[in-house]
Amino acid sequence: MATKGPLHDPARDPVVDPMIDPRTGEYAVIAPGHNFKSVTAKIADIVLTSNTPLGWFFGLMVAGGIATGVVIGCTWLFLKGVGIWGVTIPGAWGFAIINFVWWIGIGHAGTLISAILLLFKQTWRNSINRFAEAMTIFAVCCAGIFPLIHVGRPWLAYWLFPYPNTMNVWPQFRSPLAWDVFAVSTYATISVVFWYVGMIPDFGTLRDRAKMPFAKYMYGLAALGWRGSTRHWIRYESASLLLAGLSTPLVLSVHTVISFDFAVAALAGWHTTIFPPYFVAGAIYSGFAMVITLAIPIRKFYHLEDLVTLRHLDCMAKVMLGTGGIVAYGYSMEVFMSWYSASHWEFFMMWNRMFGPMGWAYWLLILTNIAIPLTTLWSRKLRVNVTYLFVLSFVVNIGMWFERFVIVVTSLYREYLPSSWGTYVATRWDYIIFIGTWGLFTFLFLGFVRFLPMIPMSEIRMMLPQTKVRRGGADAETVVEESL
Amino acid sequence: MPPREGIYGLLAEFNTPSELVHATEKAREAGYRRMECYTPYPVEEAAVALHFHKTRVPLVCLTGGIIGLVTAFLMQTWIAVWAYPLNIAGRPLFSWPAFIIPAYEWTILFSGLSAAFGMIMLNGMPQLYHPVFNAPNFRNGATTDKFFLCLEAVDPKFSVTETRTFLEQFPAISVVEVDH
Repeated sequence: MATKGPLHDPARDPVVDPMIDPRTGEYAVIAPGHNFKSVTAKIADIVLTSNTPLGWFFGLMVAGGIATGVVIGCTWLFLKGVGIWGVTIPGAWGFAIINFVWWIGIGHAGTLISAILLLFKQTWRNSINRFAEAMTIFAVCCAGIFPLIHVGRPWLAYWLFPYPNTMNVWPQFRSPLAWDVFAVSTYATISVVFWYVGMIPDFGTLRDRAKMPFAKYMYGLAALGWRGSTRHWIRYESASLLLAGLSTPLVLSVHTVISFDFAVAALAGWHTTIFPPYFVAGAIYSGFAMVITLAIPIRKFYHLEDLVTLRHLDCMAKVMLGTGGIVAYGYSMEVFMSWYSASHWEFFMMWNRMFGPMGWAYWLLILTNIAIPLTTLWSRKLRVNVTYLFVLSFVVNIGMWFERFVIVVTSLYREYLPSSWGTYVATRWDYIIFIGTWGLFTFLFLGFVRFLPMIPMSEIRMMLPQTKVRRGGADAETVVEESL
Repeated sequence: MPPREGIYGLLAEFNTPSELVHATEKAREAGYRRMECYTPYPVEEAAVALHFHKTRVPLVCLTGGIIGLVTAFLMQTWIAVWAYPLNIAGRPLFSWPAFIIPAYEWTILFSGLSAAFGMIMLNGMPQLYHPVFNAPNFRNGATTDKFFLCLEAVDPKFSVTETRTFLEQFPAISVVEVDH
């Protein structure tokens, strides 16, 4: 981070843009001139309006249409079996695992924003944390579909959980695949709980502002009788902080455990100790790209430019720059180790990855994950250029999908014995289910922005200058800084 | 259990957190103890003024975490060693390093659920009815932009007339009686 000193000299260069704080020259986190009532109204009215924008219905229709891909694809899959996919031997892990890892990774930015940035007291996160958490939950929903339908007999997927049964059969806890079940189910549960706890005060606001009896009733139930009592707030803040502290090791462990699925296998290209940190960094990288993909159209469509400002986009782009750097380090270490290990198999794996029949995928991922973002995100002009960031977020997510494709496919289809070499060709059903999950994700997200408060109102109120408590009532001079 | 009839307390409404904190401090100095602030976001100074700074949420969370850790580890040990012993690549049946990961996840799962539900239970929620909701101005402001102080009738020092005079010395927008 640049120093926060007198970056900007107001006398020499008067600030024209009202969004720029004249003292620091930085973009403001919240546009000036807001008060408790205006931010509450701005956010609550999106949910409580009786005039749903037509564009929302249109979006829901398109997303719902695409989401039927999941239903159709899974129906056919259950009827015919996994043979309708492109998975074969040796390429036994195809789109299902790639998509699983990709979607889970996208979810990670939501937890990072809601938990890690809370612990680091990065208050700018308040505007984006609710919908980033929603993104996490919907991404985990999409991710969760894949391993379940990949097990071959999805109606027996509950065998993955340790439960007493008449067969006297239990899971095998030395397998990373069993660890996955624990990691992902914990992640989904804690994310939902954290999300819901965060919304309780906002449900109270919605209950009190709703005009329709049905809305009042539903939000009232969800608010559990929240009334903003100070004793409640203290316990609430304590629980939020604890959940943040617990989510932080959780989010780091989830992608670590997923990387163990690969790293524990004795396959060249998978069997490497760099996988856990590099998977986590990649997850956050793609997740922030997805937050940007979602935030840009939403702030435009719902006119939330005052609350989700260029400062947020700038900060998120900086996080992408940092995590992208870790990913780049991971890639270069993989290449270095394949040479330095002096292992014939490792060397061949890397050569095949770069110049083999699917070498194009490797160079595509280098282009989209490293070459384009890591050269341009250094520029502040581009970091606050909304169009550029929107396009870039797609570029990075394509790149991160190809990263998983390269890891899964190019390691498997050229394994140790040349006699068992094969290839991997995805079928139309692979594509239909994958594209269907984009629709499902968008569908759920559109439902969320319509019916739930997408920006945490209570946390936005805490960021306003009016929260400063002056000792001795309103008249006294001394100002006690609100510790945020 | 306070009586479920008659007056619950006197509710003063303020425009700013500073006025609320000031009034709360003065009420405490005047000897009132049974009182509560209602704010649209957490005001730590109000909690200090109420002398409320200890919550049992962290203890509940820690207990949950320990239960989760022990449960998951013992469950895996029992399954792998006694209930369903399998020879996996010649590893010992009690291969505890592998059990750490699910145990770690369940520590987080149990402690997270304990923190969230513990907070809800300690807050006495869900409690869909509360007397303060009867105040005509409460719902308009308490969850949006107004700050409330309620001096409760169960306080021995409470008297409808004297407490009202006491509250009216502050720049409150209104002081209303709240019924059960």
